[in-house]
Amino acid sequence: MKEAPLGGLAILFLLVMGALFSEFIAPHSPVDQDITQALSPPFWFEGGTWDHLLGTDELGRDILSRIIFGARISLVVGFIAVAISGFIGTCLGLISGYFGGRVDSIIMRLVDIQLSMPYILIALALIGALGPSLRNIIIVIGITSWVDYARVVRGEVLSIKENEFVDLARIAGCSTYRILLKHIFPSVVNSLIVLGTLMLGRIIIFEAALSFLGLGVQPPTPSWGIMLADGRQYLTYAWWLATFPGLAIMLVVLGTNLVGDWLRDMLDPRQRAAVRGKR
Amino acid sequence: MQRYVIKRFFQSLIVILGISVIVFIIIHLTGDPTDLLLPPEAEAEDRELLREQLGLDRPIYIQYLEFIKNIAHGDFGQSFRHQASAFSLIIGALPATIELTMAAMILSIVIALPVGIISAIRPRSNYDRLGMTFALLGQSIPVYWAGLMLILLFAVTLGWLPSTGRGGIRHIVLPAITLGLFSTAAIARFTRSSMLNVLDTDYVRTARIKGLTEYIVVLKHAFKNASIPVLTMTSLQFGRMLSGAVITETIFSWPGVGRMAVQAIYNRDFPVVQTAVFITSVLFVGINFLVDIIYTYLDPRIKYK
Repeated sequence: MKEAPLGGLAILFLLVMGALFSEFIAPHSPVDQDITQALSPPFWFEGGTWDHLLGTDELGRDILSRIIFGARISLVVGFIAVAISGFIGTCLGLISGYFGGRVDSIIMRLVDIQLSMPYILIALALIGALGPSLRNIIIVIGITSWVDYARVVRGEVLSIKENEFVDLARIAGCSTYRILLKHIFPSVVNSLIVLGTLMLGRIIIFEAALSFLGLGVQPPTPSWGIMLADGRQYLTYAWWLATFPGLAIMLVVLGTNLVGDWLRDMLDPRQRAAVRGKR
Repeated sequence: MQRYVIKRFFQSLIVILGISVIVFIIIHLTGDPTDLLLPPEAEAEDRELLREQLGLDRPIYIQYLEFIKNIAHGDFGQSFRHQASAFSLIIGALPATIELTMAAMILSIVIALPVGIISAIRPRSNYDRLGMTFALLGQSIPVYWAGLMLILLFAVTLGWLPSTGRGGIRHIVLPAITLGLFSTAAIARFTRSSMLNVLDTDYVRTARIKGLTEYIVVLKHAFKNASIPVLTMTSLQFGRMLSGAVITETIFSWPGVGRMAVQAIYNRDFPVVQTAVFITSVLFVGINFLVDIIYTYLDPRIKYK
């Protein structure tokens, strides 16, 4: 059995703690400005202070505190968008795989269409049209990220439905709805957990990209994407503004990737057999 | 074979039609264009007149059919902002985007294939660990942050490379690395796992027993067979790159379709936005269609069911 990725789990633990208890952990308020302290560097640089460990931004706001509060936005958007896209994708995947035929071809063409379109542009255009509120961002990310779930679930259902227990359930007079929900769905849950973990990282990147481009979460809400966009303007003489929030995003995504890969080895029986076989 | 090509062609057409529906829906969600075209104090009558001129008073399906007809003629409407048709603006920006995407793709393949193959030949070696650690990092770094950090290091601190604009080979280095980073990592990891699968088969073992050199076994027997899934994966990366180009172009002020589309979204210049979405999507569908045709030559086993 593969060892648990302690680093990855630790990162995700810190993320959740930071998001839940921002008020208690963060040394400063994320929005309080102090112009006298503006653009002070991290503490290990000349001019930096222990008061602002990672320095301050152009308005004198504490970078570390903004990153801790930013975790909240990332996690809220991440979790809800994963839930929305997971729900849409799973439903379509179950239907597509179970019924096959014409329904399947229609859903698979929908997948092709979604995959062919530059999702960032679609999301930007939709948010540009609907207005950049937190709710709209979550909805737009949710409805543009369902494809992976649909493909994975469909693939699983195609093999699961060949099992005898599905036939038996049908003979026993179970309704189609019941077969899908009680007999087939439990078998795809493991794959969904793995995919959901990996997608959480991708969605956090996606949200920060939208905020970076100015069409995501709006200032003064502390979001990692907004911090990056601010930092970009000060790149030439205050590198810490853009460096630390980006590092935070990278670490969190690294965490979800490590944990997701590990979960796949643990939960996916085929993968597990393959890993054992190799040894 | 011929039937397969025809069938794939019609599938692609259906996908393009679906894309047109979504683009059409997005335009309608953006609200009444007369709000943008007319000053707020415009008379209700003028507003009605403009709506009539634009055909907005007709039933929605007629408007859609009209939209399709115009698209087929390459007519995506006039830009609200520039004195040019949306189509000519996007087509004008397209070469820059294609140049950047091709450069990023070539860079990814040139780095990812050797890394993936060598990692697979020597699994669990230090080389493999190093290569796969970098691949994992590459898959975790957000494009925009990678771009900013590359600018910080190579343009601001070292002053070796320009950070904005399009020009000679020096200008394309940083944007191409930025855009190619994720795909390099993804292709390297995928190549490794495909190669591991193939190296474990009987025909590779047979080739080894026959006493063929490692070089021939790996490249001729193993890689040739591993290359088909790798090609599929790589062609899918094109779609990712066309999306990634939106951000990369914005960061590096690269004058391509992505940057133009983002600016058009800021300016609420919707004809340009819809043209950008439509043209990049069709480009991607076209690339996938070609890749599928190439497969059938590479692997005669692929037949359409």
